[in-house]
Amino acid sequence: MKKNILSINNLSVSFDYQENFLSKKQKIKAVNNINLNIKKGSFFGLVGESGSGKTTLGRAILGANKISSGNVIYHDDRKDYNLADITKKEMKEYRKKAQLIFQDPYAALSPRMTVRDIIAEPLEVMGITSSRDETDQRVRDIASKCRLNLEHLRRFPHAFSGGQRQRISIARALVSQPNFIVADESVAALDVSIQADILNLLKQLQDQLDLTYLFISHDLSVVAHVCDIVAVMYLGHIVEMAPSRELFSNPRHSYTKALLSSIPSIDPEKKSRAIELQGEIPSAMNPPSGCVFRTRCPNPCNSCKEGSVEMGLIEVSPGHWVDQCCVNCN
Amino acid sequence: MKHLLEINNLDVKFDTDEGRITAIENVSLSLDQGKVLGIVGESGSGKSVTAKSIMQLNPGNTIYNDNAEIIIDEENVLKYHSKNDLKKIRGGKVSMIFQEPMASFAPAIKIGHQMVEQLLLHKSLNKKEAKSISIDMLNRVGIADAEKRFNQYAFELSGGMRQRAMIAMALSTMPKLLLADEPTTALDVTIQAQVINLIKDIIKEYNMGVIFITHDLGVIAQVADDVAVMYLGSIVEKGPVNEILKNPKHPYTKGLLNALPDINNLDAPLRPIPGNIPSPLDRPSGCVFRTRCPNPTHECKEGHIEMGLLEVSPGHWVDQCCINCG
Ligand SMILES: Nc1ncnc2c1ncn2[C@@H]1O[C@H](COP(=O)(O)OP(=O)(O)OP(=O)(O)O)[C@@H](O)[C@H]1O
Ligand SMILES: Nc1ncnc2c1ncn2[C@@H]1O[C@H](COP(=O)(O)OP(=O)(O)OP(=O)(O)O)[C@@H](O)[C@H]1O
Ligand code: SF4
Ligand code: SF4
Ligand SMILES: [Mg+2]
Ligand SMILES: [Mg+2]
Repeated sequence: MKKNILSINNLSVSFDYQENFLSKKQKIKAVNNINLNIKKGSFFGLVGESGSGKTTLGRAILGANKISSGNVIYHDDRKDYNLADITKKEMKEYRKKAQLIFQDPYAALSPRMTVRDIIAEPLEVMGITSSRDETDQRVRDIASKCRLNLEHLRRFPHAFSGGQRQRISIARALVSQPNFIVADESVAALDVSIQADILNLLKQLQDQLDLTYLFISHDLSVVAHVCDIVAVMYLGHIVEMAPSRELFSNPRHSYTKALLSSIPSIDPEKKSRAIELQGEIPSAMNPPSGCVFRTRCPNPCNSCKEGSVEMGLIEVSPGHWVDQCCVNCN
Repeated sequence: MKHLLEINNLDVKFDTDEGRITAIENVSLSLDQGKVLGIVGESGSGKSVTAKSIMQLNPGNTIYNDNAEIIIDEENVLKYHSKNDLKKIRGGKVSMIFQEPMASFAPAIKIGHQMVEQLLLHKSLNKKEAKSISIDMLNRVGIADAEKRFNQYAFELSGGMRQRAMIAMALSTMPKLLLADEPTTALDVTIQAQVINLIKDIIKEYNMGVIFITHDLGVIAQVADDVAVMYLGSIVEKGPVNEILKNPKHPYTKGLLNALPDINNLDAPLRPIPGNIPSPLDRPSGCVFRTRCPNPTHECKEGHIEMGLLEVSPGHWVDQCCINCG
């Protein structure tokens, strides 16, 4: 049994909303009481509704969003880092261990720096290497692992295509030898061929460098192919979580079912069989009581409709967790 | 009937420190009212540059060829230079949904304010009307609490909300031609389906023409009437969507379809097209795809053949060499 690299307990992250100076402050609960463990070495997928809190969760894990309540604990070999209560010094250490691969390979790379300098920057900022030679060595090493031509290190990013830029971004994220990577929509901007290439690369690096990924994506076919476990978010909550094959072959939550049914078919003559969701998308400023999905659920039971059910995951088969009410009604 | 949009023989080059980059070479296409033309292709193949050329939004280092034409309403917009002329296309007859929604909203101005300003610039409306149209559009793209979101800054919205706000802004002026650059990439598939239906409804309502750029072939299958496939600045194949997806002729189109992850077969490995895209600084001579083509002919390899589309069945155009060897 693999150890957890990350445990998240009752995590909530809120933002303030204020219409103007005079009006009352409201809270947007972007992440609402989430519990989650990520095992070392997993390719953990996070999917779900736009605005459901995926990026916020990823940023909270990296220490880039303030935690409102609960905690996130990163288990290193030697010690634990509690992100809800972390000192400046620990945060400095932690940044070497957990890294983000940016979504946008065009915006993320400074046009005025050479590829070598872009990849080397984290080493210099974090003070990891002590000489230029050592830095160069590290940069060359990771660049070749990411299948970048060493000739290219002297060039500027605009000479590269999206796929090559994404490899540069990946090299930059990996150069400090982190163990944990948050990849937020990291292949969304790429065409399917380059996407397949980058995903193969991420898989290969995972084995070589002993990495754990949190992979946030809207592309369910990609997630099905690369992730070994997947969590589904809706309006700040995780509503279902299961090993990938299980989730895609046997979804239990009504939102997951609607989501999987909406994957567009590549056959233009095939009419969509999507379960259409009715009703307004509720707002994170004012979420429904009880089950957060009840206002759009195609088949809520009576207690769901009243808003009196309590949310919470229960295990329906080994490793397959579903929000409790849904288990009884469907 | 006249086409809504016609692009003829467009080349686009950029002057950079490292030399002159050819981003687009000899692109021709047309689009009718009420139709959707999908553009797919490799990252860096020139999809966004094509769309930006229509809006004249390429930066100062751009060079167009003299015989290129981009015709909208019988006028060649490449000849537009004055502010007033450009206003006719940008946000007037033509709206663009940009690939980077973050870049299209000014960071320090509330999104609602930007939507209203844009409407006031192009339509004779008062502020109150503009606000109500904007909020109505935000609702239609599925943004909850639209009145409150109206008062937020772009960084306060999730990626997908920003993208929908961008779509709402582009549609609110009811353009004749909509350029949608990866408009649904940041959306989950349920909202994607909703946005696609909205765009389809609006096409019908206003008889709008749409260029829909995306790398999601499933989305293309569901929205487009025709598709153009681009590689390294050239269109290598184009035609009716059903024909291109079911009966692709060009090796690049075939490679793209083959690289698609199949959700019904999770054991199948992911199959990228082997090799790397050449830098636009060293475009291959002859067929642009020859450095990665699985079975180039002797002539292809020598780089002597000339590119150019031939019609192989009604409306289905393929680069000429490929018809003989592919
Ligand atoms: N800095 C911020 N200030 C105020 N609200 C914020 C901020 N960041 C995020 N939010 C709000 O938090 C909620 C969750 O946003 P988040 O970006 O985490 O969603 P997401 O699941 O990543 O969505 P998407 O798939 O669209 O990227 C949204 O309602 C968003 O408006
Ligand atoms: N302002 C510029 N200066 C120099 N080169 C540029 C400029 N804008 C675009 N390019 C180059 O032109 C080529 C085409 O870029 P374009 O943005 O159109 O690609 P794309 O097909 O939209 O790719 P993606 O799918 O990654 O968005 C690329 O090689 C790019 O690097
Ligand atoms: S708990 Fe009830 S309302 Fe919520 S998704 Fe399940 S069936 Fe629908
Ligand atoms: S067969 Fe020849 S023309 Fe066709 S893609 Fe291959 S190299 Fe190009
Ligand atoms: Mg996000
Ligand atoms: Mg683009």
